[in-house]
Amino acid sequence: MIRLEKRPQPSGIWNAAAPVLAVLLTMVFGGLLFAALGNDPVEAIRTIFWDPLFGQFASFSRPQLLVKGGPLILIAVGLALGFRAGIWNIGAEGQYILGAICGAAVGLAFYPSEAWWLIYPLMIVAGALGGFLWAMIPGLLKVRFGTNEILVSLMLVYVAEQLLASMALGALRNPEGMGFPGSRNLAQHAGTANPEVIAGTGMHLGVATAFIVVILGYILLSRHLLGFHIRLTGESPRAAAFAGVNPGRLILICLGVSGALAGMAGLFEVTGPAAQISIDFNVGYGFTAIIVAFLGRLNPIGILLAGLLMALTYVGGEVASLMLGLPAAAIQLFQGMLLFFLLAVDVLTNYRIRIGRREVV
Amino acid sequence: MKRRTLLATSAGAAMAAAMGVPLRAQDDPLTVGFVYVGPVGDGGWTYQHEQGRLAVEAEFGDRVTTIFQESVPEGADAERVMTQMALNGADLIFATSFGYMEGVNNVAARFPDVRFEHATGYRRDHPNVTTYNSRFYEGRAVIGHIAGKMTQTNKIGYIASYPIPEVIMGINSTYLHAKAVNPDVELVVIWVYTWFDPAKEADAAKAMIEQGVDVITQHTDSTAPLAAASEAGGVIGFGQASDMAAFKPAPRVASIIDDWSPYYVKRVQQMLDGSYEQTDSWGGMPEGEVVIGEITEAVPAEVKAEAEAMIAAITAGEYHPFTGPINKQDGSVFLAEGEVATDAQLLTMDFYVEGMTGDIPS
Repeated sequence: MIRLEKRPQPSGIWNAAAPVLAVLLTMVFGGLLFAALGNDPVEAIRTIFWDPLFGQFASFSRPQLLVKGGPLILIAVGLALGFRAGIWNIGAEGQYILGAICGAAVGLAFYPSEAWWLIYPLMIVAGALGGFLWAMIPGLLKVRFGTNEILVSLMLVYVAEQLLASMALGALRNPEGMGFPGSRNLAQHAGTANPEVIAGTGMHLGVATAFIVVILGYILLSRHLLGFHIRLTGESPRAAAFAGVNPGRLILICLGVSGALAGMAGLFEVTGPAAQISIDFNVGYGFTAIIVAFLGRLNPIGILLAGLLMALTYVGGEVASLMLGLPAAAIQLFQGMLLFFLLAVDVLTNYRIRIGRREVV
Repeated sequence: MKRRTLLATSAGAAMAAAMGVPLRAQDDPLTVGFVYVGPVGDGGWTYQHEQGRLAVEAEFGDRVTTIFQESVPEGADAERVMTQMALNGADLIFATSFGYMEGVNNVAARFPDVRFEHATGYRRDHPNVTTYNSRFYEGRAVIGHIAGKMTQTNKIGYIASYPIPEVIMGINSTYLHAKAVNPDVELVVIWVYTWFDPAKEADAAKAMIEQGVDVITQHTDSTAPLAAASEAGGVIGFGQASDMAAFKPAPRVASIIDDWSPYYVKRVQQMLDGSYEQTDSWGGMPEGEVVIGEITEAVPAEVKAEAEAMIAAITAGEYHPFTGPINKQDGSVFLAEGEVATDAQLLTMDFYVEGMTGDIPS
């Protein structure tokens, strides 16, 4: 007989091993899926995980990993702060959109000026502020009226999407765009472009910011009093209250920081890879970042690795679907498996498996 | 041994690259890539392009390899997918959505030896970028004629996507030909700002039906409006982009089919025999790129005969759907008696014709 027995303490070994095991299980079962679709499973897995890093065209796909992973990491680090404290910001996608809209609006207000050194910092501030304010809505409602921040932040994503559509069609629309919705190209205008820090590496300002935020997030959580309060609140709210943590203030800080980071991610994306405000500008980074945060064990360093791994499945998945003719849905299924197995394996962090009959004491 | 061959091939590749020799040997198949905005099973726009790809495979067999990527969002992802295709040896890439315009031109700049073809776009920034489109307004003229004859309430609905010349042209063509046979007709336009969103399209169709519309036309790709028409009863519609034959004989009484196969086969043939050149192609009924699907028995025989006569006239080049006299909505002259619209006039059309109500959103 197999049964689960709760561990007195979560297992540190399993906490670290779970993501690795989840990736391996995903490879095995993903391989079976690809085999069932009539592909060579080893080749498919190699195409997804190996080719983008070391394959023939790695010089192109490696920078793409940073481009795709940067916003995921930036958003996920912010989310992890809240998740650690039991504050669930599920609406990063909406804050990401608002950051892009506010940042782009500031940039376009200065058009056609090319004073990048003046405009771009203002855009970053506006982007962060946009995301911050959007996250304050669920934050203040929770603190003042005790509403559920999960629902409010999630619902505000759909409000943000409508706002995005109206901006792309109205206020921010390119006057020279022949009636087609979408703003001017921000990435090709000298005043508003998000340049690569080192040319050809894919390392644009947003990716660089993500790396800095990982370091700051790590220091905050491990060395700073605020980080201690966050961890304490998550692990034992009562103990936190005795330690003098003001829960309302903590809620606003966590939601505010994650909102501001998501807003900045949106700003960097809209001035770089996406290049313009368009109706379908958001492609789900805010939601994928939730997976990344958990895959990275809510630890900034772990998130860095998880974000790059997630980017790898995207870029590698595309190569696989292109070269091996795998359907796009199979790749999405493969990514879904990753989270599924992670959650499944996570059971082992808190429980251990006992085989045999219960011993009589 | 394996490592050895790997080294040997990469050395060979490096040398070939250094010497500027294309890696593709003469007898290697031509690689043709397709980038799709929707899933290949959308039953409309992307499905039709996929049929074109399959036609290329059927026509050329071993001489070509085709690759495709479905559901590629417009923006950064499209650019990456096209770059990936070019790196993986694609010689010719068809990008099949208007929103890929920026990406196509950016990637084309980096791969001067790869030919890019952009559907419905207008920017050819580089010598290796071709644009191609179909004269959908020819089909809409026929549909408009049938709609004008069939409506009982004198209200025809038009589910419009984006206010760009392409779409405005279609609205005007539909209205002109409906009005020609039914002077009291009114065209109700709803803008949904999407090419494919079954939920939005269904909402628009239902709103129209509530306003008394009994004939629905659409410039969006899903079958949702036909499903809504079917549910309401007494309302007819038309297949768009694809035949949408599942809704025969009613509510779908006819359809405008985009047939990209002739164009794709022609361009691949030109690549193979070396006669390929940059163009701006705009084919229609004469080229077989715009086809009217079966007109069902729900349409009276004499209306069907008139529609078929119009198809024959357009195919033979005897009739142009935009032939004067045509006035603009504000009453000013667009085309004088007997004057035919030029392509340039059509491609920049940003006004409704006389008699239309409502404004184009701006």
